[in-house]
Amino acid sequence: MKFKTKAEHSRYDAVVVGGGHNGLTCAAYLAKAGKSVLVLEKRPVVGGSAVSEEVFPGFTYTVCSYVVSLFRPHIVRDLELARHGLEILPLEASFSPLPDGDSLCRWGDPHRTRREIARFSAKDAEVYPEFSLAMSQLARFTKSIIDNPAPNPASLNPGELVQALRTSQGIREANADQRFLYLKLLTMSAADFLDQWFESDVLKAPMSVSGIIGTFLGVRSPGTAYVLLHHYMGEIDGAMRAWGSAKGGTGGISNAIARSAQSYGAEIVTEADVSKVIIKSGKAVGVALENGDEILADTVISGLDPRRTYLGLVGKENLESELITQLGHYKFRGSSGKVNLAVDRLPDFVSRPGDGPHLYGDVAIAPSIRYLEKAHDQAKYGDFSERPYINMVIPTLVDPTMAPPGKHVVSCFVQYAPYDIKEGAPNWPQRREAFGDAVVDTLEEYIPNIKETILHRQVLTPWDLEQEYGLTEGNIFHGELSLEQLLYLRPAAGWAKYKTPVHNLWMCAAGTHPGGGIMGASGEMAAKAILRRSAA
Amino acid sequence: MPIGTPFHPRTSELCTSLFYTDWAGYYTVSSYDTSHEREYYALRNAAGLIDVSPLFKYEVYGKDATAFLSRVMTKNINNLELGRCAYLCWCDDNGKVLDDGTVFRLDDTHFRVAAAEPTFSWLMRQSRRFDVSIEDSSDRFGTLSLQGPKSRDILKNVSDADLESVPYFGLTKAKLGDVDVVISRTGYTGDLGYEVWVEREHALKVYDAIMAAGRDYRIQPVGLDAMDVTRIEAGYIMNGVDYFSANTCLLESRKSTPYEIGLGWTVDLNRDAFIGQEALKAAKANGSEWASVGLVYDWPAFERLFDEFGLPPQLPGGAWRTPIPVYDKKGAQVGQATSGAWSAILKDNLALATVKSTYAKPGTVLQIEVTVEYERRRVPAIVTKTPFFDPPRKKAGGQ
Repeated sequence: MKFKTKAEHSRYDAVVVGGGHNGLTCAAYLAKAGKSVLVLEKRPVVGGSAVSEEVFPGFTYTVCSYVVSLFRPHIVRDLELARHGLEILPLEASFSPLPDGDSLCRWGDPHRTRREIARFSAKDAEVYPEFSLAMSQLARFTKSIIDNPAPNPASLNPGELVQALRTSQGIREANADQRFLYLKLLTMSAADFLDQWFESDVLKAPMSVSGIIGTFLGVRSPGTAYVLLHHYMGEIDGAMRAWGSAKGGTGGISNAIARSAQSYGAEIVTEADVSKVIIKSGKAVGVALENGDEILADTVISGLDPRRTYLGLVGKENLESELITQLGHYKFRGSSGKVNLAVDRLPDFVSRPGDGPHLYGDVAIAPSIRYLEKAHDQAKYGDFSERPYINMVIPTLVDPTMAPPGKHVVSCFVQYAPYDIKEGAPNWPQRREAFGDAVVDTLEEYIPNIKETILHRQVLTPWDLEQEYGLTEGNIFHGELSLEQLLYLRPAAGWAKYKTPVHNLWMCAAGTHPGGGIMGASGEMAAKAILRRSAA
Repeated sequence: MPIGTPFHPRTSELCTSLFYTDWAGYYTVSSYDTSHEREYYALRNAAGLIDVSPLFKYEVYGKDATAFLSRVMTKNINNLELGRCAYLCWCDDNGKVLDDGTVFRLDDTHFRVAAAEPTFSWLMRQSRRFDVSIEDSSDRFGTLSLQGPKSRDILKNVSDADLESVPYFGLTKAKLGDVDVVISRTGYTGDLGYEVWVEREHALKVYDAIMAAGRDYRIQPVGLDAMDVTRIEAGYIMNGVDYFSANTCLLESRKSTPYEIGLGWTVDLNRDAFIGQEALKAAKANGSEWASVGLVYDWPAFERLFDEFGLPPQLPGGAWRTPIPVYDKKGAQVGQATSGAWSAILKDNLALATVKSTYAKPGTVLQIEVTVEYERRRVPAIVTKTPFFDPPRKKAGGQ
């Protein structure tokens, strides 16, 4: 998609800073409600971290984010995203190759999965569907949390109480066993929680990693268990489904939202770097661009993360010191990187040679809990993991247009890669290729000829994610999704409802409830909050 | 017991699920794996190869071939140019549809008719006054349907056909490898796609060549389950499902005119006499009692209904074809949905239905029956113009 690089007007009802998927979603809802809306994106492409780019000629990488599960189905309908090209292709399997040449693959077909798991534990094979059912039930109870603004638990305001009731509706329907299970999920580590159900490390390791993605925690760190729920919350095609990859990469989602926003009249301008929110008498009245241009607006909405919004666009001088303190405590500490490969043939795994359905899903390099703990240990002391957890998908299998015929792109999410390496974050560029080598060397243990198939390699360290994609400290969720910075505490107590202390300045991205991942929920709920305000 | 098509040695090797269905007496793969999902997405994003050999095929030769086919078909075949094909139907004397199918003009005096049901004896009976010879070529040819956005790229790699100049519903003779084939730009998926017609002794060679060339484009062998979803997205009706051949109906009320099944556009009414013409003129003049429509379930209502039971919305795993009653706002039955599917691409729950023609206007809100936890309930369904899914690539390119 091509966009203009200059705004048509000097004044709008609303200006959205940052054309990430949430900013675009917010813009689309506002434009649909009849507002004049301008989206300003610093980069030449929209999408933020949900972006697809032809980094190497002929090969489109799903550069940062690579899978989607929780994108809100009602947003797809409200914004007519299917008509605008959104297509989410379900991942068929979860394949976990092992260093000894064996492997575990979990399929959509339950009997096939049972047989696979039974090779490692007959008991686990039968517990697995029980676990899925228990988790699916809990996931259903918590769904209302994602789709409603986070209520203030300290408030006695009737509106807040109604909202609290609505949000907790699911949990109130749960029975005692389910509530106990929920409590365990909130307090335990992913690995400990799984230990209570399963005995096989081969099964537990790839299941546990969903608890650590995007955090600086290990699978044995308390508080990581509840993210396991996310695996059972995904809604693809209305039904509770796991994960999918977007046609054309995750940029395909952003482009669909951008087309939808434009169809409602929103204007999108790229290569427009916003330096400041213009604040007059405590009110946001517009934005100033790096090039000196100023654009006025009744409402300014930030799609940037909390630190960039408050300390960057607003400035300390416009904030109360209590909020500045809270923001100082808000944890980013990015822990992951991304390696994108262009390859001239499909990865050929020792454990399952050749082309096959095991490749039509995600591939997890997570052979044991100990392996993951060791990977975390290195990160704790300022190194990237020599043998990291890798989550690989091959989007060209289902969307061959992303590479020339017969060739493929391989997307590898890699953890751990701590933002604060011991050499200091700004020295990441000197370690970048060594990090890339560690990833490829790890892959080589499972795919012996991988090196000779690589035509191009893009390595993104947390430093690169920050510098190029605006993710502070390289955190992919605009701040860790740990319990103390979720719900009413995201990003700071008192400011969780998209509103900020600066009048007419709002936030709409992953640094607000319900948080990161390609959901669109923050963008939608921010837009609705703004529209309610302007209707009042 | 069914028998194998000319491609059976290959398709049976690939069909690891052993999920077959009987199509016109042939073993036909329903889905190659236990789910048809991968095949469905291949049809819409890459390419899928479907064995459609069980279609009935007839060769019509002779100097009166054009006149004969114009006499029996609803379309005026005199207007069908060489290298073109036409989708149409044929009727009995009362203007009731016997079958829908495709006529291919291969030569000045050689046509092929593809039909869903055996039609040889009917064609023979009608041909007495014409200088034509008719051959039942059903067993002589195998037919492969290669459908999807990459279908053209694959065929270009493997044949000498100038596919850029073959329009939608065009055809060309070509060499595929060293085998003579006919390639028509036709199909049942509503996408860019081609059908390859090959003499049965060369069938496997052609199958292997297409699969080999398709590998780089992520071709998938595709069964009828995935095709069924795509044909509903495309709004294509099916004989025996969405309407019934007049030959098979015990009840007069089950028979349909082309106007009642959405095929009125295939009828060239004002021309030399053809079978059913007088009845069709009257049917057109008097208006139809029934109409074929597309329905889209009201999703928020559907979701709310399941939520009442504490369930996420339950979607059919594939296309369905068990008729479901359709009601008006007041609860009077006004027709039936005859097949449907969840469209993962459109994110809509779709159905094809036959309703009283007064309810056929797009935008009309009807009620469709939904069974949840053994309870029969209703949700609104909106009459929608078909095709539901109509990508520009379907018709793009070609002269």
